[in-house]
Amino acid sequence: MSLGGLVLGQYRFERKMFWRNPSAAFFTFALPLLFFVLIASVFSTDSDELEVLVPGIAGMSIVGATFTALSYYLVQLRENGILKRVQGSPMPASAYLAGLLASAVANAFVSVLVVVAVGRLGYGMDANLDVLELLVFTTLGVIAFGGLGVAFAFVIPNADSAPAYVNAVFLPLIFISGVFYSADDLPPVLDAIARALPLKHVIDGLSGALVTGTWPAGALLVLGVWCVAGVVAALRLFRWE
Amino acid sequence: MVSAMRERAILVRDLRMSYGPVEAVRGISFEVDKGEVFGLLGPNGAGKTSTVEILEGYRRRTGGEASVLGFDPAARPRELRQQIGIVTQEGGFYPRATVREGVELAGLPYPSPRDPGETLELVGLADRGEVRVQDLSGGQRRRLDLALALVGDPGLVFLDEPTTGFDPAARRAAWEVVRKLAELGKTVLLTTHYLEEAQALCDRVAIVKDGLVVAEGPPGSLGPGTAGYRVSWRENGSRVEHLTDDPTEFLNRVTGEALADGRTLEELQVSRPSLEDVYLDLTEEAAR
Repeated sequence: MSLGGLVLGQYRFERKMFWRNPSAAFFTFALPLLFFVLIASVFSTDSDELEVLVPGIAGMSIVGATFTALSYYLVQLRENGILKRVQGSPMPASAYLAGLLASAVANAFVSVLVVVAVGRLGYGMDANLDVLELLVFTTLGVIAFGGLGVAFAFVIPNADSAPAYVNAVFLPLIFISGVFYSADDLPPVLDAIARALPLKHVIDGLSGALVTGTWPAGALLVLGVWCVAGVVAALRLFRWE
Repeated sequence: MVSAMRERAILVRDLRMSYGPVEAVRGISFEVDKGEVFGLLGPNGAGKTSTVEILEGYRRRTGGEASVLGFDPAARPRELRQQIGIVTQEGGFYPRATVREGVELAGLPYPSPRDPGETLELVGLADRGEVRVQDLSGGQRRRLDLALALVGDPGLVFLDEPTTGFDPAARRAAWEVVRKLAELGKTVLLTTHYLEEAQALCDRVAIVKDGLVVAEGPPGSLGPGTAGYRVSWRENGSRVEHLTDDPTEFLNRVTGEALADGRTLEELQVSRPSLEDVYLDLTEEAAR
């Protein structure tokens, strides 16, 4: 079977496994939507809040579908010996990982699409829509957080401690990066940390695509650096056992 | 058959493996012919698993030579991985996949995989194909382990302690599978610390202790080097035992003396020391 056929075979298998795992499906798709609907209901009359919330939740969805999901999943794969089995089989590492990562990437794009659709159709948010910009920043976010997720899985010592490790990063990150509220009034120290990390810049870009219509050049630059760092970290930390 | 005419599946020469200051394998040598069932027999910690993991490509040897189907296992070429099957013993199953899905996925990267249904038949899981892996019993998971190693129809199969922790029924079932592999002409390298397993399954056995091969040969031929026969009888209520290489001469002498003295040698026996005797001798030495 060709390399492409092997990638496709692995990808299809991963899709099946994803939908059979209720908690993975919940954290990837249901949780962001739940936050979205609850917060949007509270501020339903406030269009400014909606314009913060839609890019914010979309950014959070990207982190959930890539960083969080891949960290958990790879720890499981490593701990129960699936990675070791793949290593001993003739499956090329590149085809295996491509199929596995493609599944996470598909989740990220679909969940961004769902959040944008709910914002526009459900809540009538129609300030702006730059599809190219939406694609560019979603892609950059997926690469950066995907790479970091793979790398982080090999920082986590075992499956039991994975929730603590992942949430110790995920929760502070979404709170300082302006997912639920505008991050313009953060204390300077938190603001500096948020600006150094990638999520705020993903959200800035999504905000440009969905609200303001501008292309934030600084965000592109910072995200470019994080994409390189994420991929390098993933390649350096990945191991089969 | 002349040994030079046989085709070699595995060649190991002076193999060494160190973990930091600990030398787990200290110069093991053996050869396995194609179509042979070869066993590495020895107590836990003897270096069996390190040896097998080097040959499987999971570990890089620290010294010596190793060749598997003509390839260096440390290089892990894909061509080699397509010709070997590994029974991992460490799970490595997707819990939410069905048995059939798992076997189908494992078969993808092989050039001519065995039909998944036929593979399940071979390991006795034909009626479990649609069951999720997480719902299998322990014995059924071990069968799945075998199925995943066999779906690629490999010529060489590694089995690291294939029955450790099995109940007797599951062990019999696993033995049947190994015999089936032998019937199919596969080469099998298995490790075990069960003597009767080595005796039941292997064409040849190497006994390993402390990282060295201390004896090697067909299970029936492994006897102590000097004294090949055991002659024993009962005298004054306790058993007298002599080891000899020439039982004809020895028996002639002791029976002649007994007759001359008017004694009888009660319960006189001549036996070959069993592999168990050899194994216990060798491994007791190791414990000393």
